[in-house]
Amino acid sequence: MKATIDPRTIDEFRARAAEEGLLDVAYATADSPFGPLLLAQTSRGLVRVGLPNQDSDELLADLAERVSPRVLEAPAELDEVRRELDLYFEGKLDHFDLPLDWRLSAGFRRRVLRAIDRIPYGQTRSYTEMARRAGNERAVRAAGSACGSNPIPLVVPCHRVLRTGGALGGYGGGLPMKQALLELEGVLDEKPGP
Amino acid sequence: MLPPFQTVLDEHSAAVMGILRGAVGRDGAEDCFQETFLAALRAYPKLGDARNLRGWLLTIAHRKAIDHHRANGRKPIPVAEVAEAAMENGLPEPDQGLWNAVEALPPKQRAAVALRYGSDLPHAEIAAALGCSPEAARRSLHEGLKRLRKELA
Repeated sequence: MKATIDPRTIDEFRARAAEEGLLDVAYATADSPFGPLLLAQTSRGLVRVGLPNQDSDELLADLAERVSPRVLEAPAELDEVRRELDLYFEGKLDHFDLPLDWRLSAGFRRRVLRAIDRIPYGQTRSYTEMARRAGNERAVRAAGSACGSNPIPLVVPCHRVLRTGGALGGYGGGLPMKQALLELEGVLDEKPGP
Repeated sequence: MLPPFQTVLDEHSAAVMGILRGAVGRDGAEDCFQETFLAALRAYPKLGDARNLRGWLLTIAHRKAIDHHRANGRKPIPVAEVAEAAMENGLPEPDQGLWNAVEALPPKQRAAVALRYGSDLPHAEIAAALGCSPEAARRSLHEGLKRLRKELA
């Protein structure tokens, strides 16, 4: 049996859930020049950014398992995140002012990501330097995989980490996206050699 | 492993709304719908078993419908809403006398009949919705139908 439901009924349910503190994970999608992003936040802050090439259903299932199964779409809760990202993509914002929830990373990886979070707009660092800042200069490969596992890309700017010598390295959203972000920030000119 | 609650909402909201419209009418259904999903969301993380989410939700919806009737001093069910919901499903238009007779059944029998013929649920899900064994659900349905036949003969 299919009954149509007034969207206002769902909106009201969502508002009441938020009021009761039941939105453990609120999520929304946002447009970007690269395609749709998935944004998820908890009461602590932004916990996950899904890039356009990542499977939203998988990310949401992962959040349900690792944070809380109370995962609900609630676009209004993510207005500020969306606003800052829009400005960033327009080149009008060089510093995100968003509370972050780091719970999806731990240990050495989290230390690497925290170090990445401090790389200023328009600058780059090497994987080796990130390894050193996280307390183990020799763990370059582990630092690289910490970048690859970054749950909050864009806002925690793992695209600013390059190989020693300047090669792009890797990126969860694909190398063309990394290249474009670095161009946006004025680090790279259009299409340098490999 | 529990799926994100949004999935539960997306997949089962139409069934829950259908049942509630049948049970309490269109106006009451909006409120019961929210109460149902709020109660479900509250309890969700502690739900051990994700295999019968639909039955679990319909059980909650059924209880909310009962609460609604209690709070409203058991106003008669607006029968026209049942007819409309059934039409959406392509069923022949139920006649007024039949649904009045359904409304007059004892609660368990009425629920079993409404869930089976109003919402097209199989016995196992009716049992889950009513919180009883499939045999008991079948018996309630059987008793309800027997009574209806007698009433309408």
